[in-house]
Amino acid sequence: MKQFGGPVLFLDRADINTDEIIPAKYLTEITKEDLKPYILEDLKLPGFDPKGEKTRSARVIVSRANFGCGSSREHAPWVFEVNGITAVIAESFARIFRQNMFNCGMAAIELPKEKIDLLFSFDNCPDTAIGIDVEKQTLTISGGGRKEIITFDVSPFDRALVLAGGWVDYADQKY
Amino acid sequence: MGKTTAEKIFASHLVDEPFSGTKVLRLDVVMCHEITTPIAIADLMARGKDRVFDPTKIKAVIDHVTPSKDSKTATQAKMLRDWARRHAIKDFFDVGHNGVCHALFPEKGYIRPGYTVIMGDSHTCTHGAFGAFAAGVGTTDLEVGILKGVCAFREPKSIRINLNGTLPKGVYAKDVILYVIGQLGVNGATDRVMEFRGPVVDAMTMESRMTLCNMAIEAGGTSGICMPDMVTVEYLWPFIENEYPSKEAALAEFSTWRSDDDAVYERVLDFDVSVLEPIVTFGYKPDQVKPISEIAGSPVDQVYLGSCTNGRLEDLRIAARILKGKKIAPSVRGILSPATPKIYKDAMAEGLIDIFMEAGFCVTNPTCGACLGMSNGVLAEGEVCASTTNRNFMGRMGKGGMVHLMSPATSAATAIEGVIADPRKYL
Repeated sequence: MKQFGGPVLFLDRADINTDEIIPAKYLTEITKEDLKPYILEDLKLPGFDPKGEKTRSARVIVSRANFGCGSSREHAPWVFEVNGITAVIAESFARIFRQNMFNCGMAAIELPKEKIDLLFSFDNCPDTAIGIDVEKQTLTISGGGRKEIITFDVSPFDRALVLAGGWVDYADQKY
Repeated sequence: MGKTTAEKIFASHLVDEPFSGTKVLRLDVVMCHEITTPIAIADLMARGKDRVFDPTKIKAVIDHVTPSKDSKTATQAKMLRDWARRHAIKDFFDVGHNGVCHALFPEKGYIRPGYTVIMGDSHTCTHGAFGAFAAGVGTTDLEVGILKGVCAFREPKSIRINLNGTLPKGVYAKDVILYVIGQLGVNGATDRVMEFRGPVVDAMTMESRMTLCNMAIEAGGTSGICMPDMVTVEYLWPFIENEYPSKEAALAEFSTWRSDDDAVYERVLDFDVSVLEPIVTFGYKPDQVKPISEIAGSPVDQVYLGSCTNGRLEDLRIAARILKGKKIAPSVRGILSPATPKIYKDAMAEGLIDIFMEAGFCVTNPTCGACLGMSNGVLAEGEVCASTTNRNFMGRMGKGGMVHLMSPATSAATAIEGVIADPRKYL
């Protein structure tokens, strides 16, 4: 099972699409590792630098509604994976992106707006980090001397995919 | 209690329900293209599982970048080509025979009412026009589909979208779907099936229904779906005439997939299309739409006519009717990509290609082309394209470029004037 949690990259916008996460011109790569330098290259957000330290050190992304909309390209979860980001927490996800995350044994966690707002209140606090326990369905955010524990729901199927390490192994054993 | 088409398809294809709310379905068709499939092939090989569940149910095409533009895309094409050969996948389409997947596969008669269809491409929802459950998936779902012939979905809820009234002059399926997305928002149908109903859909060709369903994903929809009827039978008849004694017999069977009258919907939306104007997007999301009267006059550098949304013969006819005997503005580049070789040939036979070329359009081979900025027709920084494609994300057609989505008619009028223009004055 993948490890979840660590420093957080806050992306404060709704509808971040897969073209912004990994532009189409890099879909000619045929290994996941080759995607690594291009993470979030076309995302334009005030103060955000795709090459910056916050992106480099991040293990968790926190964002707003409809994260991962657009193309079905699994290159979007993969570019996160090869950069060490194995969990995205958002108000909602586009269906294909959400399933791609779980299919890869990663986590796409949905939280209501007020809890996402609470997470965003930690943006710019020093040493903000999130710990995630997918089995217990709890996450802990800490930073700037504060700490909050939040529960979340992941469907039993998606949780099983995380525990199995992904959909290919799960399906090949079962079907 | 009655069932929707999607519920009927789910019930008839159910393999397993490993957990409440998760349905594993048997797949009738698994479609593949050269961008999202090679990594699935490589992963299956690395796992020692280089197998396919049924080569007759797998359809493959090289369409996103074709002919290959460089060594990397040549490698992707080769991986798909070699894999198709290795597994005797007969329905594989390479240079000279290939076209945009969601136009090519319906044209070959591969989709039937009641089918389950997946592809590693978000616009797979297009095939719902035939009364199928067709969904875009990522590479891992595709991989499992190739290997096992199954895919997992959440229980579908359907939104019924009744399209009432009559389409006014100059308003087409593309304008309708842009309007509907504008009303629903880009995530208004997430995890939902968008069921398009009503007299407007009944009167539509299969091509127009595909245009509607193609953009269901732009409202977040898992699939768009139309009710199979005699229009569906007529379209598929060349492929099924040996299977049914008559068209009426085919219709009787297809009709079993229609939603029941007492089916339950999560939402029912009614739209009167009679009041619509041509619709154009203005921002970087497909739900940012304006009627033509509010956006006419905006400058463009390029006009692109093609893609799985609007590269079909019907679309070319509409645009050619406006362009006939006219020249496009010297300030714009016009690019036409007929979606399949058959469309290209038919358009030539009808004299449409002549009209486009006389007007000053560059005509490319059938390909996804400029739509996603992977091959030809890429925009330079700061350039604007009037496009019949389905996505206007920032930089989609090239870094720093902007796209206005519109119908083929509006794109033709725009090409003539060099700024976004109302097609109705040319009709």
